[in-house]
Amino acid sequence: MNYKMMGRFIGMILLVECIFMIPSLVMSLCMKEERAAWAFLFTVVLLGVLGLGLRWLCRRARKTFFAREGLVCVGMSWIIMSVLGCLPFYLSGAIPNYLDALFEMVSGFTTTGASILEEIEGLPYGILYWRSFSHWLGGMGVLVFLLAIPVTGEGGSGFTMHLLRAESPGPNVGKLVPKMKATAQIMYILYIVLTVLNVIFLLAGGMPVFDAVCTALGTAGTGGFGIKGDSIAGYSPYIQNVCTVFMLLFGVNFSCYYLLLLKQVKSVLKDEELRLYLGIVAGSILLIVWNLRGFYDTLGETVRHAAFQVASIVTTTGYATTDFDLWPGFSKAILLFLMVIGACAGSTGGGFKCGRALLLVKNMLRSVRQIIHPQKVQVVRLNGQTVDEKVLANANTYLAAYVVIIIASFLLISVDGFSLMTNLSAVLACFNNIGPGFEAVGPTCNFGAFSVFSKLVLIMDMLAGRLEIFPILILFSRTTWRRK
Amino acid sequence: MRIIVAGDGKMGSTLTRQLVMEGHDLTMIDANAKVLESTQERYDIMVIQGNCATMDVLQHAGVKEADLLIAMTGADEINLLCCMTAHAMNPQIHTIARVRNPEYTDQIYRMRDMFGLSMAVNPERQAAIEIGRLLKYPGFLKRDTFAKGRVEIVELRLDEKSKLCNVALNDMNSIVRCKILVCIVLRSGKAVAPDGNFVLREGDRIFVTAPSNELTKLLRNLGIITHKAKRVLVCGGGRVSFYLAKHLERSGIAVQILEQDPVRCQILASQLPYTDIFQGDASSEFQLEEHGISDCDALVTLTGLDELNMIISLYGNSCNVPQVITKLGRMNSNNILDKLPLGSIVSPRELCCNTIVRYVRAMQNQTGAARTVYSVADGQAEAMEFLVDEHTLHCGEPLKQLRIKKNVLVACITTGSQQQIPNGDSSFHEGDGVIIVTNGDRVIYQLNDIFE
Repeated sequence: MNYKMMGRFIGMILLVECIFMIPSLVMSLCMKEERAAWAFLFTVVLLGVLGLGLRWLCRRARKTFFAREGLVCVGMSWIIMSVLGCLPFYLSGAIPNYLDALFEMVSGFTTTGASILEEIEGLPYGILYWRSFSHWLGGMGVLVFLLAIPVTGEGGSGFTMHLLRAESPGPNVGKLVPKMKATAQIMYILYIVLTVLNVIFLLAGGMPVFDAVCTALGTAGTGGFGIKGDSIAGYSPYIQNVCTVFMLLFGVNFSCYYLLLLKQVKSVLKDEELRLYLGIVAGSILLIVWNLRGFYDTLGETVRHAAFQVASIVTTTGYATTDFDLWPGFSKAILLFLMVIGACAGSTGGGFKCGRALLLVKNMLRSVRQIIHPQKVQVVRLNGQTVDEKVLANANTYLAAYVVIIIASFLLISVDGFSLMTNLSAVLACFNNIGPGFEAVGPTCNFGAFSVFSKLVLIMDMLAGRLEIFPILILFSRTTWRRK
Repeated sequence: MRIIVAGDGKMGSTLTRQLVMEGHDLTMIDANAKVLESTQERYDIMVIQGNCATMDVLQHAGVKEADLLIAMTGADEINLLCCMTAHAMNPQIHTIARVRNPEYTDQIYRMRDMFGLSMAVNPERQAAIEIGRLLKYPGFLKRDTFAKGRVEIVELRLDEKSKLCNVALNDMNSIVRCKILVCIVLRSGKAVAPDGNFVLREGDRIFVTAPSNELTKLLRNLGIITHKAKRVLVCGGGRVSFYLAKHLERSGIAVQILEQDPVRCQILASQLPYTDIFQGDASSEFQLEEHGISDCDALVTLTGLDELNMIISLYGNSCNVPQVITKLGRMNSNNILDKLPLGSIVSPRELCCNTIVRYVRAMQNQTGAARTVYSVADGQAEAMEFLVDEHTLHCGEPLKQLRIKKNVLVACITTGSQQQIPNGDSSFHEGDGVIIVTNGDRVIYQLNDIFE
């Protein structure tokens, strides 16, 4: 294990976090929020000192770096980032309990959007901004950001591939262009452009600037922290529709946008995952509208709420315009299904991912056909190309790990004595990085009532869900830490 | 630059390492997904699986935007087809193909036009020519020439009998009594740029620049007996052996090839009328003795197995063969091999890689690019020759006044047909050739890059 190299990376990540916290500090200073400003200042200095210190301590690192180090590095850095990033919440007194603050921070970085706060509107602006910004940073990934900036200077070696694979969701992560740095830059530029567009569209609807920026940051990372107690419900229908569209856009694989820029429209339109994703969205909206007839006054309102909630859940954002916990059972069942499916691979969304589900279903159908024609040689195709057996095996392994973690977490948090639906939806909402669930954790409620132990379980679930399980699992494996 | 490399074999991966280090955007095409995956884990490149000669795959690899295509698959025909297809899809692209089959060698110039090739490389032929040059000057482990052959950088190993052992470089002149410069010393695997107080020791490998006409004098003054090889025993009858025999046919050196495969022997015998072909097993000491290993002037081991080549060379060394040359196809000459008395080590792969890297650098800097580039001291250092032109800075200023980067050495200045090993008072002028040696930390693309 190359600890020094890992130390260098984690030091870099702390410095990045330190720099990104400065806008929150400035905001707190401008708004004369004294306590929040001191909390941010302390954290910024601490992050800077720790980051520089780690880099100085690990300045003589060997260059050897393999898959194992990459995965451990990703898992560790997310945990350390959250542990330190939540200090402003705690020190400013916004969240008096450290564990709650950690829950809030992890929920922010993993773009879950599950909150333990009862009252949001009274919080200092700096804190609100940091909460929303953590979604944006966590959405595309802080390591991907690290790969995009020139100072890392680890060019030429291929191990960066492991970092991208570990942090970028999906069964089959690849580069867009030969150089990792250029790939990461393209992804971040697309991300920034889309976010800015989102802000502009929101401003056009008459949203205040601070609200528009925070909402856009939350949408871009498919996070879901609102700055209002009723999430997006208080805004105009136009703003809600803008959010719907942008949530769906951020749930699309970013390489599709790159292909669009290269004018390869045909290959984007033929992308099976994109088709499945849009199909699921359209189908779910239709079914929910049909199921909700008579629930709202007009058809237009029904469609708006249905579309918003479907987009919010399938992209694992977690904004709400209405209390969908009051909807009839069938609509809730559809939302539960959407929670599990999630967005496209290579997007900022979480969940199981449409692409992976597609592979699994295709593989399953193949196995069925295999029973009927045992001698027939069959391959699984995606977008006309044969899918490697290893990728299929990985998808199967992922499903197994996914199910095991859901069942285990469900059992563990059931000790708290909430209803079955609450517990199940809480686990699904955290593990798939959505945010709100049903009943006691529904869109109008929060996670504050859970016990300390349950919160820890849910924190691990959120991290495992965001990093696609293995970077977190590997931290708990004894073979990882054993000397060779 | 955007470069596509087709074929992820020995050559392909050596090239990848070098080109990625120099900061190019690389896309690798190969049919084998497993090999590609491991290459992608090592280097920051994009990989594409498929047949590199198909338009679909080339399109996918971005041939339209690429600047250079290097076809390095195992089959000449695929390489040529690949280059031809790429050229048809993007007439601006430069193409390099590896063409190894001796049957194509004579027509290669005409094929270059037909297939739209910018350059054809033949590692085996290059290796054979290199071996031929070494055979003409026994005593040197390696020879690379500059300035149309008038200046050379040569490698010498200091054994316990050498007159240079325990001599400081300042005192060297009294022994060698000719104009030479020690550029790099390779001591226990590490390249050192020595200064005047550096004391040479037994086991050092030194890289010396000298005018070619001083080399004989150097060898004589060092007490190294040099009589040109008369009879060379070549083990293995592969492509390198064929090219070598062909190359030596006219030079009055008798070549004996020992090859195991009777069919191959038959082919060689029909193609090489002046060479003696023996069918036999080179791994058997008895057969080596039978073919006179003890009294031949040079032993060249060119079988397909690196391990076997090394063993035969070691045996040859124990039989006191004056000159031993070992071909290594797969292995890099490294620290461990240094300690073995394998004689000169020739690696077709590295020779060819040097040629291509030189081409790439020349493409990148249309003006001021190095005329020749050699990788020396196991790839830890580079020797390059530049032409001083009107853009060069500091013309006519004495070297001692210039601030030259650390680890860069001006090894020779050639003016017309005059060669000068420079000292602090030397200077260069427009039209001169300058040979510099650098230990490859930073890539020097132009002569001006050597100044601070």
